[in-house]
Amino acid sequence: MSYIRKPKFHHPDLKTNDLGLTRRDYEGTLTTLCGGCGHDSISAAIVQAAADMSLSPHRVAKISGIGCSSKIPSYFLSKSHGFNSVHGRMPSVATGANIANKDLHYVGISGDGDSASIGLGQFCHIVRRRINMLYIVANNGTYGLTKGQLSATADVGSKTKSGEESLYDNIDMATLAIELGASFVARSFSGDKKQLVPLIQAGLSHKGFAFIDVVSPCVTFNNTNFSSHGYKNTWENYISLSQVDFVPMKEEITTSYDPGQDKSITLHDGSVIHLHKAGNDYDPTNKENALQHINKHKKEGEIATGLLYINQSTSDLHELQATVDKPFNLLSNHDLCPGNESLIDINNSFR
Amino acid sequence: MKPTNISDPNYFHKVVDCQWACPAHTPVPEYIRLIAEKRYSDAYMINWHSNVFPGILGRTCDRPCEPACRRGRVEEEPVAICRLKRVAADYKSDITDRLPKIPEQKNGKHVALIGAGPASLTVARDLLPLGYEITIFEKDHLSGGAMRTQIPRFRLPIEVLDEELNYILEMGTINIFSNEIKSMNSLLRNKYDAIFVGTGAPLGKRLKLPGFEEAKDNVHIGVEWLANVAFEHIDSIGKRVIVLGGGNTAMDCCRTSKRLGGEQVTVTVRSGFDEMKASPWEIEDAMNEDIPIVNFHVPRRYILDEGKLVGMEFEKVRKEYDEKGKRLLVPTGEDPVVIPCDDVICAIGQENSFPWIERDLGIEFDQWELPILDKETFQSTREDVFFGGDSALGPDNIITAVAHGHEAALSIHLHCNGQNLQDRPGPLISLDSQKMGIHQWSYENDISNDLRYAVPHAEKEKTLNDLNLEVELGFDEKLALAETMRCLNCDIQTVFTDQLCIECDACVDICPTDCITFTGNAEESKLRENLLAPANNNDQDIYVSGTLPTDRIMTKNEDLCLHCGLCAERCPTNAWDMRKYLFNTAKAANA
Repeated sequence: MSYIRKPKFHHPDLKTNDLGLTRRDYEGTLTTLCGGCGHDSISAAIVQAAADMSLSPHRVAKISGIGCSSKIPSYFLSKSHGFNSVHGRMPSVATGANIANKDLHYVGISGDGDSASIGLGQFCHIVRRRINMLYIVANNGTYGLTKGQLSATADVGSKTKSGEESLYDNIDMATLAIELGASFVARSFSGDKKQLVPLIQAGLSHKGFAFIDVVSPCVTFNNTNFSSHGYKNTWENYISLSQVDFVPMKEEITTSYDPGQDKSITLHDGSVIHLHKAGNDYDPTNKENALQHINKHKKEGEIATGLLYINQSTSDLHELQATVDKPFNLLSNHDLCPGNESLIDINNSFR
Repeated sequence: MKPTNISDPNYFHKVVDCQWACPAHTPVPEYIRLIAEKRYSDAYMINWHSNVFPGILGRTCDRPCEPACRRGRVEEEPVAICRLKRVAADYKSDITDRLPKIPEQKNGKHVALIGAGPASLTVARDLLPLGYEITIFEKDHLSGGAMRTQIPRFRLPIEVLDEELNYILEMGTINIFSNEIKSMNSLLRNKYDAIFVGTGAPLGKRLKLPGFEEAKDNVHIGVEWLANVAFEHIDSIGKRVIVLGGGNTAMDCCRTSKRLGGEQVTVTVRSGFDEMKASPWEIEDAMNEDIPIVNFHVPRRYILDEGKLVGMEFEKVRKEYDEKGKRLLVPTGEDPVVIPCDDVICAIGQENSFPWIERDLGIEFDQWELPILDKETFQSTREDVFFGGDSALGPDNIITAVAHGHEAALSIHLHCNGQNLQDRPGPLISLDSQKMGIHQWSYENDISNDLRYAVPHAEKEKTLNDLNLEVELGFDEKLALAETMRCLNCDIQTVFTDQLCIECDACVDICPTDCITFTGNAEESKLRENLLAPANNNDQDIYVSGTLPTDRIMTKNEDLCLHCGLCAERCPTNAWDMRKYLFNTAKAANA
């Protein structure tokens, strides 16, 4: 852990966004994670994404569970709302917050232990309930906070620093999310911000449940050459199925795109993502095709990354429940609890 | 780009901007850290070895280090390096036992120094410990040269000057003072093993405009006038004084006039205020003493009344640029301006003058009457005659004279030993890790956000009435400590080892100034644009690693690095390390 504060001096040419803020204004406190932890790169990617999108920090809520991963909301967006909840129970808190105020951007941060083991049930249900949020799993295949036991996402045959070998098939959070009905599913790598930052931006702009499984190596306990989630294995075996370029709504599209090679998708808020196919026929709008591809690459020992699946036609929880336009937290006491007369009316309507 | 060759001594030296800019290459951050530890004598000795006159320079240096200071690029103002040097001198204890021992047994070589200014005394300081006999010829009765004659006592107290001059004279120089050398030829007959000329640029000029002949008793040459004040030959001046010129001499003349009875003292400069040659802080000090500086005024004639100087007429001009971009001063056509005066001091430049060096001795001069020298060795066209200071390359400053002195002393030593002068020893360098613990360094990496601290001044009412009362009081220990904390420790280098890097991005994520980028290799100009934040300052290098396993390279923009060490703290594999780079130029003793 570093003992000094991060110096406040920044590059004099650091650009300011629409709100007059620099990227440095979106940082949090100095990390207390191990040096080289992938999670710090995820924090940095979120900082970059939020700054580039000119997100108002006070319109963002960060919610996390327990684990190294769930510490990171301290290290980004220090001016945003935050809730460090119970182990595996981040989805419940996020659901509650989203129901109370649907107008905020929700960023859920969890880990492979928090989401694939103790919180797997919660995870399944938040996907199913289509909460409008960005859910990030910082996936390192190990329990770093308890010194390096194998987690449920470690590939079979993967070995930790102490030599323990994973005997069981892993849970693939991305395919699980696709199958459970998530409408935006991506996978990325903490070491590749060129890919991760636009995915975070697209996930924040997507209306509905957006999920990103980020391979985020544990440099202290699970970074051996025999680990499925170490830097070496990930650098060597990850392939990008579709390179994503994110263009916020207000920005003019200046790059030219080849219609044969590129696919543009306009999101609900008007921003556009461009998918560069990189010479393959990957179609992220086709669920079966997506699952097939992911499994095919997995068999070949490759980690398929990029935007894996997107479906813009599903409705989120508020639409399904037909809630009022106004967020609940802005409704008056009388609107929320209209009194005995209204209750009698409702009861009468069932008679 | 090819990987950076960090074993080139200049690479990391250049990163230490202050030291690189200093003509004598004083290891600035090293002594600033010692001041922070209250190790004032240690800090003083680092300076003394490098620049010979720390107490004098801590008050009077032209400070080329400060405009170069990195702090000026990440914040607004550089570290007050010069005044911290003074702190080391002010608070040190007796250092006489740390001075080099002079051998009883001499080496049989005898060197003559002409002039007892900073260049000559540096030569003496470097050669005496090696057993040389040194004879100094000086036209005045005291040593110091320009440091004594050109710098007023309210900027440099006599005790400070004498203390540092005596450290050298007490090493056993043979002093032949009040003795102006009139002929180099006759000196050469004494068969010295080498002669060093450090006679400065003594020739001032007077402006010969209409009315000059009648007015000339009241028209003074700045450098001569200041020398006469220093030697107490002059102790008064008229009530109304005009100082012509915008250099540091002009600033010293106007402030001295103010203390010798000048009530209305005006400085006039031909060109614009922003083109003045004087150091900004000297201009500021003059203006703080309520001395107006009038710009775009070209002097035209001396005005007389019954044969006595009563004023000076000026033409007003404005700045224009011709099609080649050359700056021109064009008359505005307004009425001439008359400024009344009793005395005029001309501080309009100095020249070299060597009427005493016969032209048939093998010492050649160029068209500007400057000796033709080897710029590295300071050897003239006659192999046993060397030049240094203002007399070598024209008027400059004390620290440059000291730097010349070191190089000339080294050359003289090589010459006296029959060695090739080009065969100079390389710099003395070391590069050592500062790691103390996982996240602890042997230097203070938590740098201060404070703005530059101003040096307290004595009350104006007192200083303006006492020629010898020092205006600047210097930092006290508390202020000095606060100022030292502003230093970014640029000599603690970020050293990168490719083979250890696992490309985790931890350094990229933590760097406060976006210095580090992992990217594909390219030409330097392209690479500078591709960095996380563009590296537009081409004066500053970018540090490039070899190719990493992902075919990328690590590039670090040296320009804005705060040397906070966070990259090395976050690095899980020690691919980054903070290492202290000490660089000292080789002196005669190292040959």
